Amino acid sequence: MSEPQEIVPIGKNELVGMVAHLFAEGYRLVQIGCSTLENGYELNYSFDKGYRFKNLRISVAPGEDVPSISAVYTNAFLYENEIHDLFGCSINDIAIDYHGTLYRTSIKTPFSVEHVNLPDPPKPKTAAPPPPKDKAKPQEEIPVERKE
Amino acid sequence: MTKTITKNLLSGPATLMYPKKKRRFTPLTRGHVEVDINACIFCGMCSRRCPTYAITVTKDCKEWQIDRLKCCVCNLCVEICPKKCLSMENQYAPPVTDKTTAIYTVRVEKEATGT
Amino acid sequence: MAHKNIIPFGPQHPVLPEPIHFDLVTEDEKIVDAIPSISYVHRGLERLVEKRDFIDMVHVADRICGLCSFMHSLGYCQAVEEIMKIEVPERALYLRTLWAELSRVHSHIFWLGVAADAFGYESLFMQSLRLREGVLDIFEETTGGRVILGVCKVGGVRKDITAETLQGILDRLTTLKKDLDELCTVFMNDYSIKHRLVGVGYISKEDAYTLGCVGPMARASGLDMDMRSLGYAAYKHLDVEPMVESGGDCYARCLVRIRETFHSIDLIRQAAGKIPEGPIDLKLKDTPNGEYFSRIEQPRGEVIHYVKGNGSKFLQRFRVRVPTFSNIPAMIKVLKGSEVADVPNIILTLDPCISCTER
Repeated sequence: MSEPQEIVPIGKNELVGMVAHLFAEGYRLVQIGCSTLENGYELNYSFDKGYRFKNLRISVAPGEDVPSISAVYTNAFLYENEIHDLFGCSINDIAIDYHGTLYRTSIKTPFSVEHVNLPDPPKPKTAAPPPPKDKAKPQEEIPVERKE
Repeated sequence: MTKTITKNLLSGPATLMYPKKKRRFTPLTRGHVEVDINACIFCGMCSRRCPTYAITVTKDCKEWQIDRLKCCVCNLCVEICPKKCLSMENQYAPPVTDKTTAIYTVRVEKEATGT
Repeated sequence: MAHKNIIPFGPQHPVLPEPIHFDLVTEDEKIVDAIPSISYVHRGLERLVEKRDFIDMVHVADRICGLCSFMHSLGYCQAVEEIMKIEVPERALYLRTLWAELSRVHSHIFWLGVAADAFGYESLFMQSLRLREGVLDIFEETTGGRVILGVCKVGGVRKDITAETLQGILDRLTTLKKDLDELCTVFMNDYSIKHRLVGVGYISKEDAYTLGCVGPMARASGLDMDMRSLGYAAYKHLDVEPMVESGGDCYARCLVRIRETFHSIDLIRQAAGKIPEGPIDLKLKDTPNGEYFSRIEQPRGEVIHYVKGNGSKFLQRFRVRVPTFSNIPAMIKVLKGSEVADVPNIILTLDPCISCTER
């Protein structure tokens, strides 16, 4: 069932302005999501009003700062704390900042660029080792480890 | 109030009186995986499909092994087997006291099966 | 002179079905602030996309949570099907709707029982769970599993339901509805329950909208928000009506859930009447390349599954935003100003499903 979903890529500096504009129009904040790319992160801000879904997308490099939108939408503080704890992406001026105590994991920032291995896109048909080989290798390694 | 009391006293407990009465399983219940080793051709498709890597198939010594504690009874191996020698029984696997007892191995040379 | 204390709530608490921790800053029985701390059951499921291909990920999505298990696999399958532009056969859509509504019924009955246990009414808890067993037996007969159904797959469903089984399900639901009627009359009219719930944990309509409430918590404050109106699965052919109350307190949320349970039984009856014949799944051809946000109405609210693929067998990103996570800021606001003795009630009316929150 496809509903029309808009994804609008914008720059970091226009973020707070556009978010304030959406707040004035009556949109509610649905989620703030983060994906790890090859060398950077991609933040998705999702808004909804009357079942119409709208998305703002910004890309940041690791180490860059992102402005917080919790001055406009108060509930953004929880999502931004989660992104800071799991991805290591630093966000300035979060309204209520837990400084890393929200998610207490044994590896700090487990989803950051250093820890995540992204899958390769498929090679064109001429070149190709078929993907099932990926799965056959861990088959032999793991049962040997676990038997101990 | 008296209606509730008499109804309660006359109808008995609502829970299943286990172990006097065994639990009734349905024909579709996913309990544990069993293999018919004489029909197996050791192609290894079940071990490739298993999402938890619970099945190990060795072709040269004709051995089929499943770790019952890793198996999540998802039924994928039963569906993919080309010879239909895997079946899903509807009793749950029995509880064990240490992890190695849960590994169930079947070989073809000897008459007896299992460890 | 008011003296500030910090009382830890959770992770182990008789009222909570799952571990969550709050540090409650109190001043003489009134709460001033609440600081949440999650990650007691964080399993890092979102990183498993690197190791399991997109067909096997359905089984991971099923196991995110026990109560909302079917809805997670449904959301994931829908997202992948939208990316791959597959048309799922009609019969599979109706079957998925049937299991989704049964999921909602059993989750709400479970909530009623746990809420009754929280304010001390243990016999109601036992009765509710006894009724829930009827629904779990239906699951076992049709899919093979009681809690983790494992019946949804990309392209359709894995098992079919024959016409006599369907009729049997409808007969059992009629008996269930009669018993549920008796139970809910107690919930709605009992004096001591009303005393504990009315006026407790009030949140206004504007606050609920700006703080991002979803699900029964939003509908109890007067917001008309139900993702089933989007028309995914077979809902476009059924008559869905969001149950909205205007009380805004714990009692209104209880009423919303009770009304939704009866409405779900009615929807199941409608779907069983309209289900067409036909195939139940499709063969898959290539791999997903693209991204999509799939929105579903879980028993606890609106859940969003974001799937991104780049053409290989392994997905790039799978993100789940669960309704409990969205309701936490609203709940922190509700907790401020309430009494310490009401805290278990308030936290339970949000219906926290922490395994979903922390995947």
